[in-house]
Amino acid sequence: MLSANLSAIFYLISGVLFILALRGLSSPETSRQGNFFGILGMVIAIMVTFLSIGNFSTGFVIVLIFLLIGGLIGAFIAYKIPMTAMPELVAGFHSLVGLAAVFVAIAAFLNPEAFNLGYPGKIKLGSLIEMSIGAAVGAITFSGSIIAFLKLQGIMSGSPITFKGQHPLNAFILISIIIIIYLLCSTQSSNLFWILLAISFLIGFLLIIPIGGADMPVVISMLNSYSGWAAAGIGFTLENTALIITGALVGSSGAILSYIMCKGMNRSFFNVILGGFGATEQSASEQNKEQRPVKSGNADDAAFLMKNASSVIIVPGYGMAVAQAQHALREMVDTLKKNDIKVSYAIHPVAGRMPGHMNVLLAEANVPYDEVFELEEINNDFANADVAFVIGANDVTNPVAKTDPQSPIYGMPVLDVEKCKSVLFVKRSLSPGYAGIDNDLFYKENTLMLFADAKKMTEDITKNL
Amino acid sequence: MEIDPFIFRLSIFILSIFIGYYVVWSVTPSLHTPLMSVTNAISSVIIVGAIIAGLAGNSNTIFNTSSIFGFLAISLAAVNIFGGFLVTQRMLAMYKKKKKDK
Repeated sequence: MLSANLSAIFYLISGVLFILALRGLSSPETSRQGNFFGILGMVIAIMVTFLSIGNFSTGFVIVLIFLLIGGLIGAFIAYKIPMTAMPELVAGFHSLVGLAAVFVAIAAFLNPEAFNLGYPGKIKLGSLIEMSIGAAVGAITFSGSIIAFLKLQGIMSGSPITFKGQHPLNAFILISIIIIIYLLCSTQSSNLFWILLAISFLIGFLLIIPIGGADMPVVISMLNSYSGWAAAGIGFTLENTALIITGALVGSSGAILSYIMCKGMNRSFFNVILGGFGATEQSASEQNKEQRPVKSGNADDAAFLMKNASSVIIVPGYGMAVAQAQHALREMVDTLKKNDIKVSYAIHPVAGRMPGHMNVLLAEANVPYDEVFELEEINNDFANADVAFVIGANDVTNPVAKTDPQSPIYGMPVLDVEKCKSVLFVKRSLSPGYAGIDNDLFYKENTLMLFADAKKMTEDITKNL
Repeated sequence: MEIDPFIFRLSIFILSIFIGYYVVWSVTPSLHTPLMSVTNAISSVIIVGAIIAGLAGNSNTIFNTSSIFGFLAISLAAVNIFGGFLVTQRMLAMYKKKKKDK
């Protein structure tokens, strides 16, 4: 049996290894080493827990069995999941962290002796506060992530669900959560504990339903952050350094990612959270949808334009992921490169359904990461490029964000695609993007619309090159 | 007067938030998806609490309400640990291939 001080030191080591795991992600070269540190930290934390309890009887075997069941399921999912489904996977995983936090809090509430927190009905005040905060945040993470998962999977409609009195209701529930935690601490009543969990689940659900599909990058990052705070809350209860450090790391990581995503859309965090984006604008765009002329072309025209270009910038978006066109795209680019055409990729911060989603998809298709650029790095190059190939992106290229103060996306940083000599726009139809607004780019003189499935069109262009 | 141990934990917590802040800002945007999956995996260190709960019962009562919640939490966290680290590994391996190509 490990002494309490020694195990605390090992937990500290594992916390430090987790910091190094995140630190490794500062460049692709060091990232795999970072992941190894993370695994090592986790192994240390689990081993130390077993050793410090020192109970290797039947209970230990059962713990191992449950660990293996979960591990096998996790490993299976990790190997099977297609990279396009990454946002769903991460949302699903967040819900599990949330639920695990809730379960640990329940276990601690029912059997506080095991955690050295006092006795049922006489739990130490500080621990009870930490425990209920951890449980409430965990429950919110769980139900919120489930909704995010359902929306991303398309099981639930991605459009915002709003109703009258939504915000007052949410505010009311949030305040009652605080009151219940207060009452719980003064009465130690287990009924209040269950009520607290129930309404926390409810508020998680209510908070996410009004947020639309295109805002999912923010939602996922935010839930990432919540799962961290839940872990930290439980960490305080268990007096465990590894858990406190990790919770703080994950919490701030998620918060930073949400901030980056909000900035990418030029919207305040509260604006996204209060939801309803897109719903109000739909009617406006339908009204002014008069038939404006567009130039549409086929794969042959596109191939001709690109063959005569000296530099091409590719702008991928979520549509590319949906059509699974990343491999076809890479083949097209290979052909272009054989013809000595310079190709680079431009990635908008909110392209895709989660931070960095496009980068992973391109990496999967073997696109070298030094050909992939962020918005600030590449935006000036559009003016010198011959062809911009927009595949599955829409709102992030809309020049309206720079010109029309009335537009809901005004002020959002966009890729200056229209400055290219010619723009090829692969899209199924002229329908507006997730923001529900028409894209002026469709009607520009130098834009050629390619109406087709992204994958099929890309393959056809490659054949014609 | 003695300082409450809570204050020490709070200090660790606050300082870790700052560490997290600076470390995460230095993460390259192209690795933001692996960042999310790895933070997911490490936050499952909550399994520590689940193991304590699961092993709390004595030999007569291995399964009581509290330990059953512990066992379930172990499985949930294990899905995340294995799933999170392996999927991160899978993604990072794709960034590796290109390095060799060059």
